Amino acid sequence: MKLLLGVGGSEDSLTALERTVERVAETGDALTVVVLDNPTTDTPPSEIERQVREALDAAGVDAAVRRLDGDPGSRLVEVAEDEQYDRIVLGGGETSPMGKIKIGSIAEFVLLNSHVSVTLIR
Amino acid sequence: MTDDRTFPSEPSGPFPTPPVTYTDQEGREIEIRRFDADEDLESLVEMYDAFDPADRAQGIPPTREDRIREWLDDITDDDCLNVVAWHDDTVAGHATLVPDGDAYELAIFVLQAYQQARNGTRIIETLLGYGREEDVEKVWLTVERWNNPAINLYRKVGFETSNAESFELEMGLRLRAED
Repeated sequence: MKLLLGVGGSEDSLTALERTVERVAETGDALTVVVLDNPTTDTPPSEIERQVREALDAAGVDAAVRRLDGDPGSRLVEVAEDEQYDRIVLGGGETSPMGKIKIGSIAEFVLLNSHVSVTLIR
Repeated sequence: MTDDRTFPSEPSGPFPTPPVTYTDQEGREIEIRRFDADEDLESLVEMYDAFDPADRAQGIPPTREDRIREWLDDITDDDCLNVVAWHDDTVAGHATLVPDGDAYELAIFVLQAYQQARNGTRIIETLLGYGREEDVEKVWLTVERWNNPAINLYRKVGFETSNAESFELEMGLRLRAED
């Protein structure tokens, strides 16, 4: 399967990174990781990219890493559809102090707009 | 979850402080009290174990007893404020304020058999009264935007919509005037 993982630097996106890399190490799926420009995180894209490469190296997974500038949700959907990915993978949301799940703004956009199947990692 | 939240400029209230005793619309005697960690926990676990999963909101209450206990442990910590509504020895509802920076996040759950009998209004008002007594200044919550009964309840006690741009509606209320 051809997977497109979006990482914007939020905590849930880093969990999604870790879990997807683990899974791909077992399945051998073709993985592309895109570093997104997430306006709600302060981590610079270069630092996120470094964490992505570190996670891939640690698991011995060979994956393409790309940066996507511009609106993260719409750019991700565009790439997934144009380049015929089978699945978009994203973090499944953060939890509030109360424990309520809150889906991130990128995931909301992707869920409502993507014709490619979407997996949210919890 | 550190987004800049907005709150109404004027405080809501007044609200009653616990304990509050009343007869609900189905004629049941209900008493709302502050949560007592030693006495009340098992009855509260029982209520959430019996809770209809269709009334869950954004993943809470969790299912499975071990997860319910873990969640209740978090939200009944010393810095949280909780009230429990009792019908004899049965928990009819529960509401909580959990600290989040300089504000508190609110949630309320009413057992199915006690819904549509004005219990939600009484419980949330009493929790807000308790909050004010404890110097809580600002309260926020999120609610699924299709949940009209809940949204109407929150509006009635003074919550105003602060963010309508995502799947969940965010609402805020002020209990004390700004310094």
